[in-house]
Amino acid sequence: MTRFQSYLLNKILWFMLAFCIALTLNFLLPRLIPGNPVDVIVGEMATGGTLSSETAQKVYAAYISEFGLDQPMWMQFLLYVRNLTRGDLGISFARSPSRVQDLIAQALPWTIALQLPAILVGWTLGNVLGVLVAYKGGWLDRGVFPTFMFISSMPYYCLSIILLYLFAVYWNIFPAAGGYSFALTPTWSWEFVRSVSEHYILPFGSLVLIFIGGQAIGMRAMSIYELDADYVRYSRSLGVADNRIIAYIFRNAMLPQVTGLALAIGSMVSGALITEVVFSYPGIGSLLFGSIRQNDYPVIQGITLLLMVAVLAANFLVDLAYGFIDPRIRARTSGER
Amino acid sequence: MANLMRLNRRFLFSVIMLCLVISFGFLGPVILGRDKPLATVGGLYDHPSEKAWLGTDNFGRDVFTQLMHGIRTSLIIGAIAGAEAILIGLVIGTLAGYIGGIVEEVLMATTNVVITIPSIVILILLSIAISTRSIVAMGLIIGLTSWPWTARAVRAQTSSLRTREHVDIARLSGAATFGLIIWEILPYMLSYVVMAFVLQLNTGILQEATLSMLGLGPSDTISLGQMLHWALLWESVRTGAWWGFVPPALFLTLIAFSLLLLQSSVDELLNPRLRKA
Repeated sequence: MTRFQSYLLNKILWFMLAFCIALTLNFLLPRLIPGNPVDVIVGEMATGGTLSSETAQKVYAAYISEFGLDQPMWMQFLLYVRNLTRGDLGISFARSPSRVQDLIAQALPWTIALQLPAILVGWTLGNVLGVLVAYKGGWLDRGVFPTFMFISSMPYYCLSIILLYLFAVYWNIFPAAGGYSFALTPTWSWEFVRSVSEHYILPFGSLVLIFIGGQAIGMRAMSIYELDADYVRYSRSLGVADNRIIAYIFRNAMLPQVTGLALAIGSMVSGALITEVVFSYPGIGSLLFGSIRQNDYPVIQGITLLLMVAVLAANFLVDLAYGFIDPRIRARTSGER
Repeated sequence: MANLMRLNRRFLFSVIMLCLVISFGFLGPVILGRDKPLATVGGLYDHPSEKAWLGTDNFGRDVFTQLMHGIRTSLIIGAIAGAEAILIGLVIGTLAGYIGGIVEEVLMATTNVVITIPSIVILILLSIAISTRSIVAMGLIIGLTSWPWTARAVRAQTSSLRTREHVDIARLSGAATFGLIIWEILPYMLSYVVMAFVLQLNTGILQEATLSMLGLGPSDTISLGQMLHWALLWESVRTGAWWGFVPPALFLTLIAFSLLLLQSSVDELLNPRLRKA
């Protein structure tokens, strides 16, 4: 077995273990609830007066068997795992006939379409800004940089709320809620696309602003270390143009930032749940928010599982990429663990 | 020297800011005699007036009173979470770093697994599993998920401290492992521990706000995150009732910014390589 193969095997075993623990936690924690979730749901329906006692009992029984709560714990776990392997996440409590995977499938594209471009744009701009600030210093370092540092140290949802208030309510430039105008139904019409883009700008902008700041801080620190390097001094003494030198520094300081990018993409869904809540954007964050309010445990569980799998997969790919790129890390990591 | 002065100014600024915020949250309600943040004093989103300085929220509760209590709740939860995270991180990190071998392998394996599982997921699951969430319970839950980075850093420092001469001397003179870790290793990490606590405090406050905004905040009390939660849910942003959301958002930002500023200025003071810029 080559060194890389054993590194790979080690990593795979490692993430299998993490995955199993995540799966178990995801199964176990919601079941720690005293009583059971079905009591809560049916209780609320009954007090809401939407159910007669007879139907309440039927609904109760249906939920119990759907959730498998009448079985012993280990049976429930096996059932849960078996359903998962079939891609079956169960049925939503609150939106009863809807299947959890369908609800998630509806919401996920919105989240990805909002966050992936925001992360990529923010990452690129942030890194460029970081290098520039480190290299040029002066007013850039004193003025622009602290501004971004301030913005990125703001909790991201606070910035979202402030932007929403200023641009949607106070100046009334952008729409205040939703992924598209409530008057429209999703079709591929020009009007719909325009409405979607109008609703897109604010949440997108708030995410990008935060991301730029965070990236710029990291990149500035990395670049400052590079400024001392021989190749920078040599190029400078040769009179190489600033832009070329900046490009050199950029390339050399970037490797750790690539990890950051990969992890940001992996934690994309969990990273900015509240942004969607603030803008009532129809993605995973809003779905989770609604499900928590309605005690819709199957949906909450489905979403948390999705978040865990995404982060684990991203971590795995980053580790894998590093194994390819940097043999030192490969050696060290296999030794460390 | 000029640099040091500037650092000092930043340090002072953040400390003063924090002291003001802390005394606002802890002394404010006592001095002004406002100890009932959940009492109804008016209608839905009353404008700021002499009676309610920052208006009322969606339940007609006084925003100013809530703000003071919210700051206190957020700070307490953050402090509990931070202390717990530091404690767990220190125990696991020093044991792993000092003892080494199989103990280190197992402890670091656990740490790495906890790092890879996103903490917000565990927080959501734990919060829905607990039906009544007290302030202390919230703090403990949040602390439970945020220790791994501290553990890693502490382990790295301990492994390098372990090989120092004064530790060898102590070991030769027959000190027990436990006492050795406490008297010979921990003092050298004190500045790191303080800085890590500041960061963990910040993380704890922000995590609480995130959970509260999802509707999983502490019960029977108010926190900054919960104020935002209700403000969003009852459309105070979209109806322009700015007093519902600006104060909590502003104070969350202020706390986060001054904590990060404090951490970075202390870091630069202790770590000269960063000072060049």
